[in-house]
Amino acid sequence: MKNKSIALTTLIALTFGFVGTAIAECTNDVWNKVMSRGKVVIGVKADYKPWGFRDSDGSLVGMEIDMAMDVGATLGVEVELVPVQSSNRMQFLEQGKTDMFIATMSDRDDRRKIVGIPQPNYYTSGTNIMSPKALAFKEWEELRGRSVCGKQGAFYNKIVTERYGVNIVAFTGNAEAKQALRDKKCVAWVYDDSSIGSDLASGDYDEFEMPLMSEDDNPWGLAVPLAENDCIFGRFMSGMVFNWHQSGQLIEWEKKWGIKPTAFLANYHENYKDWLSN
Amino acid sequence: MIETITSFFLQLADDYPRWNFIFFYDSFQWWRLVGGLKMTILLSIACVLLSVVIGIVGAWLQGSPRRWVRLLVQGYIQFFRNTPPFVQLLFFYFALGQITPTITGPDGWTEVPLISNVGWAIISLSFFAGSFNVEIFRAGIEAVPESTREAADSLGFSRFQSYVELVMPLAFRVSLPALNNNLVNLIKTTTQAIGIAVPELLYECVGIWNDYPSALYPTMTVLFFVFIILVGILVAGMHKWEKSMQIPGYGAS
Repeated sequence: MKNKSIALTTLIALTFGFVGTAIAECTNDVWNKVMSRGKVVIGVKADYKPWGFRDSDGSLVGMEIDMAMDVGATLGVEVELVPVQSSNRMQFLEQGKTDMFIATMSDRDDRRKIVGIPQPNYYTSGTNIMSPKALAFKEWEELRGRSVCGKQGAFYNKIVTERYGVNIVAFTGNAEAKQALRDKKCVAWVYDDSSIGSDLASGDYDEFEMPLMSEDDNPWGLAVPLAENDCIFGRFMSGMVFNWHQSGQLIEWEKKWGIKPTAFLANYHENYKDWLSN
Repeated sequence: MIETITSFFLQLADDYPRWNFIFFYDSFQWWRLVGGLKMTILLSIACVLLSVVIGIVGAWLQGSPRRWVRLLVQGYIQFFRNTPPFVQLLFFYFALGQITPTITGPDGWTEVPLISNVGWAIISLSFFAGSFNVEIFRAGIEAVPESTREAADSLGFSRFQSYVELVMPLAFRVSLPALNNNLVNLIKTTTQAIGIAVPELLYECVGIWNDYPSALYPTMTVLFFVFIILVGILVAGMHKWEKSMQIPGYGAS
């Protein structure tokens, strides 16, 4: 009888998914799993140049892959990279399909309720559009009522819809969305300014421009399971990011991958500077 | 009434952060869901009708005395039956979309295609399901006794007349159970239109749970139930139809 009611309570608790948050002390399940199997499974992007993408031989490369590799090297474990998308990265982590992810995610309040986002943030980006030079947009307001291609899972789709009445046509992948823009099915492609910047720099989008002021600058965060954010895993990742900032590693990677230098990283580097170093 | 419902779901979202049925108290999300549902129903109805028409016409052409017509139908069936519907959608929308006529928009840059993504979804899904329907109807036609057809011939019916007035009415009854299966599948396949950004139910649901991660489970649950209901309606209708068309002594009773 007692067993039955415990089983029932567990079932209800599992159904409503508050087990992880209700238990205060650390079990470090995922951390221990990573250590005992000698492998960490990290979700990364595969279609987001230059943070995570496939190079000509099909292997995953990019700034976030370098970060992931460094995590593995520091832990002394093997790294398995799993390509994730904006619309499934949090679910993969929750289901245990990945142990953590570094996948260009903007650090948002509602996302922190689902996954653990250890501080500090490692990058930042704002929202902007890529649009044809021929249309010469100058203001966000000019997009009202127009069809703008977007990517499913981006948080700013909602913001620009509500703020400017833009009609977002959201595709599952970046490639499809950008193809639709080239096919002139929409007047612009709304995305992270950093990614658009690197697309424009690649020379494949000569007849396009990034004409507007970026909006909603939002720092990025990597993620660990929510239950382990205040435990070993989360604390360890905080240390990793802190070190990347302090040592200037992030700025170096930024340079290596041809990303426009950001004030965000320079400021962090300055603030976290070791006072004993010259 | 509506007030009680909204406050109930607000309270639920408060008590269980993972069960935020946002669309039951936020009107914007509600209309998004309704819009998606309307699009899914539109896709379903259009594709079901068109695919059945394709099936009937295809099965008629399959019996054509001309060899090239039969080969054409066979080619169509092989092409559409042997490739994934998702790949077909992408191919139709992105590849064929490039060569179909467009109208240049008022801004002088945008090109509004004559066939929108919704149009392509209807076309590609109908052709996909239609290829199965042709085979389903062929099976039904083959079940019509040879002697019945010969009787029609000897009464001076043309091939078209005997197909429309004799063979098809009998074959249709035999085909219904298999057709039913295929149409159920078709309704479920409409969700793949998300790949070309058709704002159907799955598209809107993915949008909602991306904007509100706390609404993931509720949205999936609703999605699940909506499809059970939609497919249920189709199946109930088809069964009723099957029953009403039953001929005593012909086929399973």
